Amino acid sequence: MKHWFKSGSPWIWLTAGAVSLSVIMIVGLLGLIAVRGFSHFWPAPVAQIAIHDPRNQVEETLLGEIARSETVTATLAREAGHVVPENLSVVTRYLIKQGNREQVSSDFVWRFDLGMAPFTYPKGVYAIERRTWGDFYGFPVALQLEQQHWQATDADFAKALNDLLEQSHQRHQAITRIERQDIGKINSQMNALRLQQRQLELDGVKGRALLEAKQGIAQQEQALQAEYAELRTQLDQLYSEQEKAQLRMRMMNGKEVAIALADIVAITMPNDMTLGQKWAEYFKQVGGFLSKEPREANTEGGIFPAIFGTITMVFIMSIMVTPFGVLAAIYLREYAKQGVVTRLVRISVYNLAGVPSIVYGVFGLGFFIYFLGGNIDRIFYEAALPSPTFGTPGLFWASLTLALLTLPVVIVSTEEGLARIPSTIRQGSLALGATKSETLWRVVVPLATPGMMTGLILAIARAAGEVAPLMLVGVVKLAPTLPVDGEFPFVHLERKIMHLGFHIFDVGFQSPNVEAARPLVYATALTLVTLIVVLNITAISIRNRLREKYRNDSD
Amino acid sequence: MIQTNELTEPTMTQEAAKFSVRNLRLAYGESEALKGIDLDIPEKKVTAFIGPSGCGKSTLLRCFNRMNDLVDSCKITGEVLLDGENIYAPQVDVAELRRQVGMVFQKPNPFPKSIFENVAYGLRLQGVKDRRTLMDVVEKALRGAALWDEVKDRLNDNAFGLSGGQQQRLVIARAIAIEPEVLLLDEPASALDPISTLKIEELINELKDTYTIVIVTHNMQQAARVSDYTAFLYMGEMIEYADTNTLFTTPRHKQTEDYITGRYG
Repeated sequence: MKHWFKSGSPWIWLTAGAVSLSVIMIVGLLGLIAVRGFSHFWPAPVAQIAIHDPRNQVEETLLGEIARSETVTATLAREAGHVVPENLSVVTRYLIKQGNREQVSSDFVWRFDLGMAPFTYPKGVYAIERRTWGDFYGFPVALQLEQQHWQATDADFAKALNDLLEQSHQRHQAITRIERQDIGKINSQMNALRLQQRQLELDGVKGRALLEAKQGIAQQEQALQAEYAELRTQLDQLYSEQEKAQLRMRMMNGKEVAIALADIVAITMPNDMTLGQKWAEYFKQVGGFLSKEPREANTEGGIFPAIFGTITMVFIMSIMVTPFGVLAAIYLREYAKQGVVTRLVRISVYNLAGVPSIVYGVFGLGFFIYFLGGNIDRIFYEAALPSPTFGTPGLFWASLTLALLTLPVVIVSTEEGLARIPSTIRQGSLALGATKSETLWRVVVPLATPGMMTGLILAIARAAGEVAPLMLVGVVKLAPTLPVDGEFPFVHLERKIMHLGFHIFDVGFQSPNVEAARPLVYATALTLVTLIVVLNITAISIRNRLREKYRNDSD
Repeated sequence: MIQTNELTEPTMTQEAAKFSVRNLRLAYGESEALKGIDLDIPEKKVTAFIGPSGCGKSTLLRCFNRMNDLVDSCKITGEVLLDGENIYAPQVDVAELRRQVGMVFQKPNPFPKSIFENVAYGLRLQGVKDRRTLMDVVEKALRGAALWDEVKDRLNDNAFGLSGGQQQRLVIARAIAIEPEVLLLDEPASALDPISTLKIEELINELKDTYTIVIVTHNMQQAARVSDYTAFLYMGEMIEYADTNTLFTTPRHKQTEDYITGRYG
């Protein structure tokens, strides 16, 4: 035993154990997120579940997806009033997603497997993804368009349904386009006119000039109004068209429900799909999740605005933090006299990295938004007051706050990068008659770029995953517009954004429908992790390319 | 002009002096590295500094282009005259001085740029932008450093791709591209293999027609082969300074003799 200790083996085991534990934890974490996140999009079969309750001889039949199952003690079931055979110590219960939220009391129900017949998977079940009220499961009965009828048994039913659905989708797109883009544009132009008028008053324009200007504005306003009225008519027409086609569905309990085609996102028949079709549907779902906007208080639809917001914010943060951090590091390392003051500054900067991020959020809110933003509003956007432009949380302030948060990382890495450059290279430049600043900018800084990139990589990784400060400085649960669009000036720094990290928090903990939101939490988390990995890999490959470029045989 | 102290012989040579060092003392903080050096460096000759490690020969060399200024704790007294002007006078522009006095270091230190840009660096610093002018100068410098034939087809490749010997010649080309009057070589061949060393030595022989060369070397054979004059330094003092033949064949001082016969150092 003594010999074993002396040989050093215990240390090897101890250290290797620590490594394996870390690896297991990381793999476990990523594995859980990946499995839950990826499996959410798989088209689950719709089961028909018949349950016989011996207490009151009631037969119940449910139609829905098995969301999950768990084993509980029989005592628990007995306390709940179920008749459990004496010899059973545990019972299984299933969480069934029966959908049809507006028709039944709750779209997710727990059922014990007591008196439960084996599941059957009836052919011809429709799983309908709707714009409101979540999913619907049922059997088709008929399709109706004004005077035309198709029975579900008709040969051309499927084709008619497909065609009408396609038309409905096109109309829906047209409606969205008009509402979002065309009317949005008119609104912003109207707003601009109003600001123009207010500005005139602020500028103290009087008399004839004011009258003329006002007339001009009124004219333009009228033109916009006319344009709006025209769009409104178009919209009304589209909406009334949308109302016409209806699909009659039969629920498991025999009740028939009419669903407007306008309300349908997609219809699938999960029990009739082949494996290939399931995969196709899977990828369609994944694509939709990544590219669509959220619906139903974020519990349905996609997360595109959150992905976009996160990326935009990280980009703007990088643009701001890199020059600041690099310049600060260069001063600290190259110019500042290495004395007590510099040491203090350096220690302070390093310790900034340890300040809790919510503190940065509070600072951002107090200083950036209320003080800086408020002053910007008073100076440049006076006409828009009292409604704030920059004096309210938004993309720019969120990015700036994160830039401040990640500044220490960039400074530290850049300093290390500068310190690693051999003094012989500096001397070589100086010996050729270069001044200190020429040496710095022509030789030293290019060589230090890999170090700066390392800092940026760490900054990006930290910033993309940060949530707490963002809630104070510009991230909201649902942003009506993206921060980048076709409207001048294209990048709207004052707009509020959505963010994946906050989206996870919102969907997971602020959602009215916990069960429906649960898989989305995993899927969103998976997206966030993937996004950070992609951003990091991009930055790392850039850095490696730089390293290759500045490769030195002393390395 | 002839100055003597107890140890040194007359420092004046027969030639016109490019550099004249007068009672140069240099200290890093408390420790004195040069203890009153007097010598003249003749124009368009090769002068070698030899001596054991830590004797101050590199420090002395670095005084000629004021590279010691980079060390904060360094204190210098005395004079170094370049063509009769004290280079430590306050009005001297250090960058301008270094343009006149080029330097090559022990370890090749090319910049992380292309071969072309390495050689053109000094000219770009002076604001030369015309590609033709740059090309001409780069070619001339590379030819001068006997490197042109080896790199003429890959001027845009990264300089780190060259071998150590090529890198060292590139650094010499870089130094002579700005046409200095003096070249300071700080053990230029100590990090190189024998063949590269030979090439550098041949190069020194060619360059001495145009430049005043001061070389620091550990290698006494090298000093004997390439230099016209040799100074032996020991513990921050100059022991002996004479033309190379004399110094190696009939040293006047016991310490010099001990060193060149390999008895210490």
